[in-house]
Amino acid sequence: MNATGVSDYRRGEQSITLTPPAEQIARRDGDREEMLTINFGPHHPATHGVLRLLVRLEGEVVRELKPIVGYVHTGIEKTAEDKSYWKVIPVVERMDYLSYYFNAMAFCGAVETLAQVDVPPRAQYLRVIHLELNRIASHLIWLGTSILDLGATSIFLYCLRERELVLDLFEMSSGQRMHTRYFQVGGVIEDIPLGFARKLREFLDVMPKRADEYGAILNSNEIVLQRLRGTCPLDAERLLALGVTGPLLRAAGNPWDLRKAAPYSSYDQFDFKIPVGTVGDNYDRYACRLAEIYESVKIIEQALEGLPEGPYITTDRKVALPPRHELATSMEALIHHFKLVTEGFRVPEGEAYYPIESPRGELGCFVRADGSAKPARVHMRDPSFVNLQALEPMVEGSYIADMIATVAMLDPILGGIDR
Amino acid sequence: MPDATGLELIGKELGAAVLDKTFFRERATLDVDPAAVRAVLAHLRANGFTFLASVHGLDYFPHEPRLGVVYELLDMRRVDRITVRVRVPTDAPDLDSVTPDGEDGPGWPTASHQEREVYDMFGVVFRGHPDPRRILMPEDYEGHPQRRDFPVGGEPVLFTRDEAQWLEARE
Repeated sequence: MNATGVSDYRRGEQSITLTPPAEQIARRDGDREEMLTINFGPHHPATHGVLRLLVRLEGEVVRELKPIVGYVHTGIEKTAEDKSYWKVIPVVERMDYLSYYFNAMAFCGAVETLAQVDVPPRAQYLRVIHLELNRIASHLIWLGTSILDLGATSIFLYCLRERELVLDLFEMSSGQRMHTRYFQVGGVIEDIPLGFARKLREFLDVMPKRADEYGAILNSNEIVLQRLRGTCPLDAERLLALGVTGPLLRAAGNPWDLRKAAPYSSYDQFDFKIPVGTVGDNYDRYACRLAEIYESVKIIEQALEGLPEGPYITTDRKVALPPRHELATSMEALIHHFKLVTEGFRVPEGEAYYPIESPRGELGCFVRADGSAKPARVHMRDPSFVNLQALEPMVEGSYIADMIATVAMLDPILGGIDR
Repeated sequence: MPDATGLELIGKELGAAVLDKTFFRERATLDVDPAAVRAVLAHLRANGFTFLASVHGLDYFPHEPRLGVVYELLDMRRVDRITVRVRVPTDAPDLDSVTPDGEDGPGWPTASHQEREVYDMFGVVFRGHPDPRRILMPEDYEGHPQRRDFPVGGEPVLFTRDEAQWLEARE
């Protein structure tokens, strides 16, 4: 301890220069420039899946970066063309494996637009509840794994602890923990069971407190702050040109959110805020997503409070299965059931694009119907696929260690990228 | 969405480049001459549609021209969407890439990955694309699997038990 009250350790730490590395490396004419090409991934724990990055380094500074994808391409879009509409739902759910409800929602929304099916209000509210729960679960996985990349192990365990509660809720309402197939064309497959509301309220009570705890741990952690603050920023204009949406765009100060801008599934009936950042660095990206967890909790609270009575799926028997008890008494119901299960429903010819706000940005489903019971084309505009293009402009000229943090904050899901 | 009248007005401004206009399920679509795709997108950008949300590929088999490329544009200020659709035949599947900057104005960098995907899956060749490679399928892959005449399960799978038979067939 010296006179200024700053310890020697602190002084040593403050003397570390934080100027951009690009300026630190002096380059004189005549010197041979030496670049090192390294292959990062596809099997590297910090790539969040099987993402391969071809990186050109000058010292420790990233000069060039090429993402190489396609390792988990499973031809889901091709498979979808070979199945009737209601059988496509479980297939598309497996694209972005952390936000399965969103994939199903985008597809169902596109088909509902084409077939002009009205979704009853109760179904819309139930959808909102599950979408926002899924957003929380997705953000928890993102937070846990990202901070794990920065070297903190415990947050991962805490995040998975809370995600477990969400998965328990999914299991309660649909019988499955992941890839639930809960959303159907015209509504949802089943009403929420007895006791779901009580369990959901318990979760809503506990989640904001736990999120407070994450914030308390991370926002006062010097390592996290040094790794995130001011690293790899990109301004909103560049992000828009690159097609980036979602928390990454909001972190740069542009409050674009389809839930507010073009509300679907009665999002206009809820009161919530859109967290935005200021400079668009890694810290803002982290802070935006963490703040979104609170907003999702608020939306679910309102949706649960105002859950309307009524049917949970459309009563249009040409699209939705008749209730089980009708099959024993009604010949017509039996015929409808048989037709739907064997052939599926037909959708009039046309094309539709249905965009929604997924945890990673604009998730749009494009469906072309040719009048038969199978879609002629299903295409997902996956936000991870488009956002990945912003990685190179973000990390150019920064340290390779910051690249790891940026990949984590980009939150790419390879299942969604490769489809 | 521009309503039906708005679509007519936009179509009139663009003149001969527009081949057809469709207003279906609240969605406005302009069918555009393939040669004019960059000009049309630049014109729409000047009219506020500054965000290219998505590029899809399609195969209209058995209708001709078979291949389609669909651009979804978004006006974030007025929260308005418009769709631009281009059709090209399979024997000359060439189209100007909208990714790079050109003499006719700035490009749309977001289209880079998506055009590569359309090339990969449908075989539409984008002239002037900065990195015209496959993106999802392996680089040595033959054929364009999302075309409608490409069979599901058309990929032969090599199992160890058939290896000898396979090697024979190759020779």
